[in-house]
Formats: sequence, structure tokens, C-alpha cells
Amino acid sequence: MNSKKPVIEIKDVYTRFGDRQVLRGINLNIYPEETFVILGRSGCGKSTLLRHLIGLQKPESGDIHIKGVDIIHADDEKKRQTLLKVGMLFQNGALFNSMTVGDNVALPLKQHTPLELSTIRIMGRIKLDLVGLAEFEHHYPSQLSGGMKKRAALARALAMDPEILFCDEPSAGLDPVVAVGIDQLILKLKSAFKMCIVVVTHELESVFTIADRIALMDGGRIVFLGNKEEMKKSDNPIVRQFIDRKPDQDIIDTEQYFNTLINE
Amino acid sequence: MNKVYEVLGGWGRQLFGFFKSVRQFFLLSWQTFKWLLTAPLSRKKIEWHDVFVQMVRIGVDSLPIVIVISFFIGLILAMQAAYQLHQFGASIYVANLVGVSITRELGPLITAILVSGRCGSAIAAELGTMKVGEEIDALKTMSIDPIGFLAVPRTLAMVVVLPCLTILADLVGIGGGVLFAVTQLEIPFSAYFRQSAEAILAKDFLTGLIKSGVFAVIVSQIGIYQGFQVRGGAEGVGKSTTISVVSAIFLIILADVLFTALFYSTF
Repeated sequence: MNSKKPVIEIKDVYTRFGDRQVLRGINLNIYPEETFVILGRSGCGKSTLLRHLIGLQKPESGDIHIKGVDIIHADDEKKRQTLLKVGMLFQNGALFNSMTVGDNVALPLKQHTPLELSTIRIMGRIKLDLVGLAEFEHHYPSQLSGGMKKRAALARALAMDPEILFCDEPSAGLDPVVAVGIDQLILKLKSAFKMCIVVVTHELESVFTIADRIALMDGGRIVFLGNKEEMKKSDNPIVRQFIDRKPDQDIIDTEQYFNTLINE
Repeated sequence: MNKVYEVLGGWGRQLFGFFKSVRQFFLLSWQTFKWLLTAPLSRKKIEWHDVFVQMVRIGVDSLPIVIVISFFIGLILAMQAAYQLHQFGASIYVANLVGVSITRELGPLITAILVSGRCGSAIAAELGTMKVGEEIDALKTMSIDPIGFLAVPRTLAMVVVLPCLTILADLVGIGGGVLFAVTQLEIPFSAYFRQSAEAILAKDFLTGLIKSGVFAVIVSQIGIYQGFQVRGGAEGVGKSTTISVVSAIFLIILADVLFTALFYSTF
């Protein structure tokens, strides 16, 4: 579907935590300038996959290339260089509570660029303006509402002008109006900066607003990959369950249920 | 039989867990140390501003409590010493006893224990909260090394400030002894001063400072390690904070025994 070279290549990624197999062979290519949504229920392994992609955790086996660099086996310096081109929006923002919003946004620039402090301030203000928080530069994160925190965190993720932006549950814990605002912001970024945006979420409404392509994960595998229309038309039972918001089937095997109760 | 397995297995797991955390502790301290050693050679920048902020937090903010406690310790030592020495008409030796035990032992020890309770725990709680709030993960994804950004400034500040506090505690503690001697034992200030100056040798003072440098490394590294290894939420932060104080005090006293034995046998 896309003739361009993928920016993110995920090959045969397996991960286990103790006895629990979390990822069972993930294969995925994500292309430049697309908004890619990884959808799945809680505990399906989507957050773990995201942690592999941003280099916080190594998978048990498999390869992940970001912009052609093998980030699992690359040395620290190479990994550092690659991650500079990646922005990450954490679920609860993960703003540094001891710093003002302005300092939060300025931090990556201070650390990684030789720019003058005054220049950094201006660049930080531009990013804050982009997310509509220009007048909150001198506020501390604790003085902001949930939605504002998330927007400030987005400004920080954009500070280094990343080519890839990862978002972990961007609208989780926000009221519907604010959540739509975040979705609109993501769409705006997409058209303004032409960056590759990877969103991990379980919220269907926002998926259908922002996604170019969607991957549905279940039990550590990708069970569906395609665009919105394909997803709506799909007759895959897991996709249908997700779209139609059906609860899990109750346990039918009464004997097994009895055994789990008496723990034998 | 099952009970036996359960109990032994539990102990075994605890033992393994203990050795694992000891290993991780040394690994983390080594990383901090390595960072400091290699910083001048590479383009890594030490966050001097953060070092300064931490120095104020550890040093300046601890001043009142360190001054009051070490004054009391000096006073107590003088009273207890006088109680015995008085019987032999050797009250003037209170100056020796107070001076030597404060500079060699109690000054560094009390200061380190106070700072571990005040600041070691604060470091653990602060870093632990950052860990729980994904702030440390955020640092990593921004390609900022948490060791250089968080651990190094705190370690540096502690290693500089704790010996300084100890010098102050030494002086104030001796002052406590002076006060008691001059007012209660009717020893003139000049005689007490002369006696102290003769009794306290440079090496007494220096061994105390060496100890306090070691204590500084212990307090800062335990705090940082406990902060970084917090798991779970607020409960995990509380647990790590408590452990950081208890284990820091334990290690301070253990190190004190070793160093005192070393200084006793060599000097």
C-alpha cells in the first residue's frame, strides 16, 4: 500500500515476563507520514510493544529498526542519536513536577543542542503556543488540569522536532470534550509537520478520527491490520467484539469453573 | 514436608533477592562513579545548577537541626565525663574526652545519621515518585541519562556538604562541652581551650572527615538506589523511603566500625 521505506520495522518480536508470554511474534511496518494506531484491550501487550519501540525495554527476541537503525542491538551512542528523532507522550504526561512547564519543554533542547538559552526559551514558547498553552509557561504541572498536562507533555515531546511521535493512551482519563481536543491536536500535527504518529489506545472514537491504519492486538499477536473501512467491515470475531463492545463470554465449562474455585 | 519446603523456599528466595539487590546497588553506584570519572574526558556536562540546589537542600536546610543536636551531644558528653573524672579531681580532662570523641566519632556519626533521615529519605522519595510517575522513563526517551541528570548531582552535593556539616558539628559539639565546663566545672575558658588544642590532633579531625566522606557516599547511594528501584505506586515509595533510612543507618554504623578499627590499628 505504501511504496516508501518504512520508518519502523518490527520483526518477530517475542517477550515474556516470567511465565507469562506477553508478545508472541509481532511483525509490523510503519511508514512515514502515516498515523498508525495500535489498538487492543488492557493487557494485550500493546504498552509493552511501545516500550520496546522507545528503547525502554528489550524484547526477548526479534528485531526493531527505527529509521534503519537496529535499536535493540545498537550501541548507546547510536541509540541516543536515533531516539533524538523520536518523541514520546506518556499516558499521564510524565512532566517533571519540580520544573515549570516552560522548563519541561526547554529541557531536551538544553540537553541536546548548543543553542543560547534565550533561543531555547523562544523555541519552547513556540511549542507551547502550538498546543495552546502559551500563557502557562511559568506554571508548575501540579497547577494544570489533566488535559492541559497532556498538552504540555505533547509540547515537550515535540521540542526536538521529532520525525516519529509515540502517544500512549493520549485520551485516557480525560473528559470527552478534552479528549476530542487532543485528537484534533494530533490531526493538526499530522498535517503541519508530516510526522509519523504511532498511537496506542483502546478508545474507538479517537481511533476512527485519527487513524490511517489500525492494528488490533490480542493475546500478544496482531489479529487485524488495515484501515478504518476495512476494520468496520471486518468479520474477525475479535474485531467485531471490539467494535460492538461485547463483553467476554462467560465460562461455560462448569466443571473447569468448579475446579478453579477449589483450586486443584 | 510441604511446610518445610515452603519455609526453606521462602528463605532461599529472600536470600537470592537480597544478593540481587546488593548487586544492583553496587552496579548503580559504579555507574554513578564511572560517570563522574569520565565526565571531564567526554562532552558530558555536570549539572552544576542542580548540584547547587541539592547542596542548599542538604546543607543549608539541615543547619539548624545539626547545630542543635551536636550542641546537645557535646553537653551530654561533658556531663557524663565530668561525673567520672570529677572523682579523681581531673575535671580538666573533660576537654580531652569531649574534643576527641566528638571529632573522631560523634560529629561525623550524628551528622550522617541526621542527614540520612532528613535527606537520604528525601532523595529516595523524590526519585521514587519520579519513577512511579514515569518521569525517569521520560528522561530516558529524551536520551537524557538519569544517572548523569539525577544521581550525579545528588552524590556530588552530598559528598561536598556532609563533611562541611561535620566540621560545623565538631565545632558546635565542642562548644557544648565548653559551656558546661565553664559554667558548671568552673574551668576557665582559656584553660579549656589550651587543653582541647593539645588533646585534639590533626589526625583526629581528619579521620572524622574521611569517615564523613564515606558516610556521604553511603547515604546518597542508598537513597538513589532505593528511589530508582521503587515499584508500584505510593506504597512502593513509602516502603523504599523507610528502607533507605534503615539500611543507610545500618551501613553507616557498619562502615564506622570498620574505619574505627582501621584507624585504631594504624594511627
